[in-house]
Amino acid sequence: MSDPRTHINPKGVDLRLWRQVFSSRSLALGLVLTLIFTGAALLSLIWTPYDIETLNIANKIKTPSAAHWLGTDHFGRDILSMIMVGARTSIAVAVVAVGIGMTFGVPLGLFAAARKGSVLDELIMRANDLIFAFPALLIAIMITATFGASAVNAIIAIGVFNIPVFARLTRSGALTLWQREFVLAARVAGKNAARISFEHILPNVTNLLIVQGTIQFSLGILAEAGLSYVGLGAQPPIPSWGRMLADSQTMISFAPHMALFPGLAILLTVLGLNLMGDGLRDLFDPKLRRARS
Amino acid sequence: MVRYTLKRLVSLVISLAVASVVIFLAIEVLPGDPAAYMLGVNAQEDTLAALRDQLGLNGTAWARYSTWIGGMLQGDFGTSYTYRTPVAEMIGDRMQVSLPLALMALTLSTVIAFPAGILAASRRGSFADVLIMGITQLGVAIPNFWFAMLMVLVFAINLRWFGAGGFAGWEAGLLPGLKSLTLPAIALALPQASILARIMRSSLLDTLTEDFIRTARAKGLSRAQALRRHALRNALIPVLTIIGLQFSFLLAGAIIIENVFFLPGLGRLIFQAISSRDLIVVESVVMLLVFAVVMVNFAVEIAYALVDPRLRASR
Amino acid sequence: MSLLAISNLDLEIHGTPILRDVSLSVDPGQIVGIIGESGSGKSMTAFAVLQLLPNGAACRGRVALSGHDMLALSEPALCALRGNEVGMVFQEPMTALNPIRTIGDQVAETILIHETVSRDEAMKRARDALNRVELPEDRFPLSRYPHELSGGQRQRVVIAMAIALRPKLLIADEPTTALDVTTQAQILDLLTRLVREDGMGMLMITHDLAVVAGMADEIVIMQRGRVVERGACPAIFSALKHPYSQALLAASSHHPDRDAHQAAPPLLELRRVVRDYRLPRKTLFGPPQVIHAVRDVSFAVERGESLGLVGESGCGKSTLTRAILGLEQVQGGSITLDGQPVFDGQVVNRAVRRRMQVVFQDPYGSFNPRHRVARLVAEPFHLLESPPQGAAREAAIDVALLSVGLTADDKHKYIHEFSGGQRQRIAIARALIIKPDLIILDEAVSALDVQVHAQILDLLADLSTRFGLTYLFISHDLSVVRSITDRVLVMKSGEIVEQGPTAEVFDAPRHPYTQQLIAAAPKLPDSTAA
Repeated sequence: MSDPRTHINPKGVDLRLWRQVFSSRSLALGLVLTLIFTGAALLSLIWTPYDIETLNIANKIKTPSAAHWLGTDHFGRDILSMIMVGARTSIAVAVVAVGIGMTFGVPLGLFAAARKGSVLDELIMRANDLIFAFPALLIAIMITATFGASAVNAIIAIGVFNIPVFARLTRSGALTLWQREFVLAARVAGKNAARISFEHILPNVTNLLIVQGTIQFSLGILAEAGLSYVGLGAQPPIPSWGRMLADSQTMISFAPHMALFPGLAILLTVLGLNLMGDGLRDLFDPKLRRARS
Repeated sequence: MVRYTLKRLVSLVISLAVASVVIFLAIEVLPGDPAAYMLGVNAQEDTLAALRDQLGLNGTAWARYSTWIGGMLQGDFGTSYTYRTPVAEMIGDRMQVSLPLALMALTLSTVIAFPAGILAASRRGSFADVLIMGITQLGVAIPNFWFAMLMVLVFAINLRWFGAGGFAGWEAGLLPGLKSLTLPAIALALPQASILARIMRSSLLDTLTEDFIRTARAKGLSRAQALRRHALRNALIPVLTIIGLQFSFLLAGAIIIENVFFLPGLGRLIFQAISSRDLIVVESVVMLLVFAVVMVNFAVEIAYALVDPRLRASR
Repeated sequence: MSLLAISNLDLEIHGTPILRDVSLSVDPGQIVGIIGESGSGKSMTAFAVLQLLPNGAACRGRVALSGHDMLALSEPALCALRGNEVGMVFQEPMTALNPIRTIGDQVAETILIHETVSRDEAMKRARDALNRVELPEDRFPLSRYPHELSGGQRQRVVIAMAIALRPKLLIADEPTTALDVTTQAQILDLLTRLVREDGMGMLMITHDLAVVAGMADEIVIMQRGRVVERGACPAIFSALKHPYSQALLAASSHHPDRDAHQAAPPLLELRRVVRDYRLPRKTLFGPPQVIHAVRDVSFAVERGESLGLVGESGCGKSTLTRAILGLEQVQGGSITLDGQPVFDGQVVNRAVRRRMQVVFQDPYGSFNPRHRVARLVAEPFHLLESPPQGAAREAAIDVALLSVGLTADDKHKYIHEFSGGQRQRIAIARALIIKPDLIILDEAVSALDVQVHAQILDLLADLSTRFGLTYLFISHDLSVVRSITDRVLVMKSGEIVEQGPTAEVFDAPRHPYTQQLIAAAPKLPDSTAA
């Protein structure tokens, strides 16, 4: 270990962090891809190259050109514009689903760890196991079977499946922290389990949560695309990448561009998020960082 | 080992029981009157009553639940409202497609993933490692149904090596049947294989930093021998967890992929049932799929104990 | 000719120099001890002999093992030597064995790798090797798994693996550091016996002067990657020349200056304390198993006294600590501070708890890495009814840091900016900040290098005189307890087996267990004590 006193300037920490972000190629690439798609989604709120709500049958199924960079679909809509608006749906569904997973999963995990071995801990963990038996698709199928299809279904289905993911991760991270002596020191200082969980445990599992969050985010985008593709997610007229692919399927032999670009959009977004997640994990985990060098 | 198995078995039965209650509540109780739902808003009161009677919806929720479970335990999954055929028979037919597909995909993904992961870990930082990591990074990110569509475009429409969809049926012989399942199985297996290979690699690399690997090297084992004899089986433990978890994704994936290739499997059945509002079919197929996931996880837990003597002894 | 000859060995890892110009030699039948603090390069020297170095390592110089030039050999040739010509034993017996393979399998592997013999034959010889390390067949069949053995037993398995082929050289890297003192003595005896029987050379690496003093023929002292002194043992101890070696020896036998304790009324009193743990049921219907962690323990600590509590791992001393701190409730008996019970009904008595604090063993795990020192040190303020605010709080933090020899500026830093010894000072500052009467020191110096360890003991002695502190000093290390306590308790299997004034207990132990402990503790040669 180098002399620990060399980093006196507390702001220096951030500088080093940013240097590391850009020295890691996968993190930088992931960040750029994610920013492009989030940027496109945000931009679509105020501007898209073409209006996607007006149909122009005369202009249908055009291959990419200067006017329509990614071509048009079977209703003559601009595919680039559709992808931009579709990004909004994908990102919104995935963000809310990760949000649901974290809001319920993290407190459950913290609680289970704080009361390790209790009946409640056991109950929480068994319930988690049970949810793992229901893939998001099955939940969506059950909701759709009784309430009909909608984007909200997709959010709930993916979100519910995220809860045990975060609960387990938080619990296992928290359990190792509860063994640490600084938690014992906090107990000696008279702090109760709730206070320790929020002051000492939660801040030390955030890195784990951020990394898992990016991964669940990318899985959420894949899941949303799948659900919309089979008609269990976003319903027309809301554009979504999965629906665009479903629409293109029957026309794939003569209009492959309709299938190509939405799929690429999914691939690149998910790839970006995964690269970012990997990069962040390397950045946060000093053990891995050492092993890489 | 016996104690361990028994304990897992008890928790398996409890899981299934709770899952069946959840499914029953979600499909038969939450929406109010399933009969009204199935017939739509314009149904006459006497047709509704007839359907309720036919579906056995007149009893209490508890009575209906016990009839449903009791029936399933004896292999009676009820009668489809739209097709008027026993659901068990329909499921049996569809399983002839879905089961081979799942098995093919699982085998394919393991057969690809294990060697790839081991190669990448043992030659860490080499060209092979970088290549495998790059390909699997893409494999993890690709939506499997889109990959399936691309394969249809290339191998079915352009090269004409395979049919674009549909199922030849086993009556025509083993080969045509397998051939129509090949593209779907590859589409399902590739993303799973990518995940598995990455897990295999990182788990192996983790194990290779353990103290007992150093001990093995000090005994005179070469790097490759230490990896084969000491790291591999230890690294398998987290990999098994992932295989168990993946099965549910595989199942969900299969439901979607069957739609891409118009395969008459459980996935198609469930979507047909949803669009024709055939709740009995939906309920039973969902239960069957959950049963499959829970059974696979049970198998994985038994496999853990076979790999790890610490589990066999304790608890 | 020497069995092992290292001459002018330089080692760099990714360009960072680790070893500089290291030379030493081991003759057949000779035990050479390498001593140094953490970071001195002593373990890397051992790994350089086996050429099992981390990626990015580059060696220069010469390492000759029975004539083989180790730095020039190909990897397959090195594999043929490892385990055959040279065996190695490691520090952590708990992780050194493959958890999912039987011990017989793992010992036999050494033989199968190097010789073309049948599996049965290899197993038979593995049995012999295990017998030689005193793991008899009736209790330790070949089919045992590592998790069924204790730390000391696992270390014996590792030794059996290392000596199965009767190598010419045995390298032992801190083989007893992770073990209890009585187990340590047994393992050291075993190693010495094997070396003498087989005429092996042995390279013994340790941070503990006393461990090698009793067994080595020659001693090599290392500091920052260099050999600073070499010589025959034990003669070398009375003729150390290098200032570092002298400082190391002085620190190893350091006794802080302390005033003798005068009789005073008791501060902490334990009466017939009992703490049981229930284990999860093994069978469905049988009675749950119960572990008696603490059984019927009574003692008192006088105000201003320093009381030692000695025992090996699993004796119940940690459980007792937690009970005194009010972290766990006891099932029987009472714990009182100045007559006030620690537990008031079901609730912890905060008025009592704010009068005691604790310092833990691990200087790295004791602090939340995300908080600054000011916040870390001020954490016990939570116990006060009206904790100081603003300037008063800052002033209290400054005073606490200054009193442990740090500066007020240190409060703005994060914990990773400090060394192990500095962290332990911060832990003491945290304990001092609410001006407690009693401080429990739970293995507080065990993880520190010997010189830092001596400095912390001095600090503790100084603080106790300045603030009139009472210490309960819990440790497995007898020499530490001897140097800083007035009275000592010896604990075994949840019970206090002996207590009395420290000097009396150490000089004339009455209980057989205490006698065993004291006999097992490694000692520096007498000539050096002066």
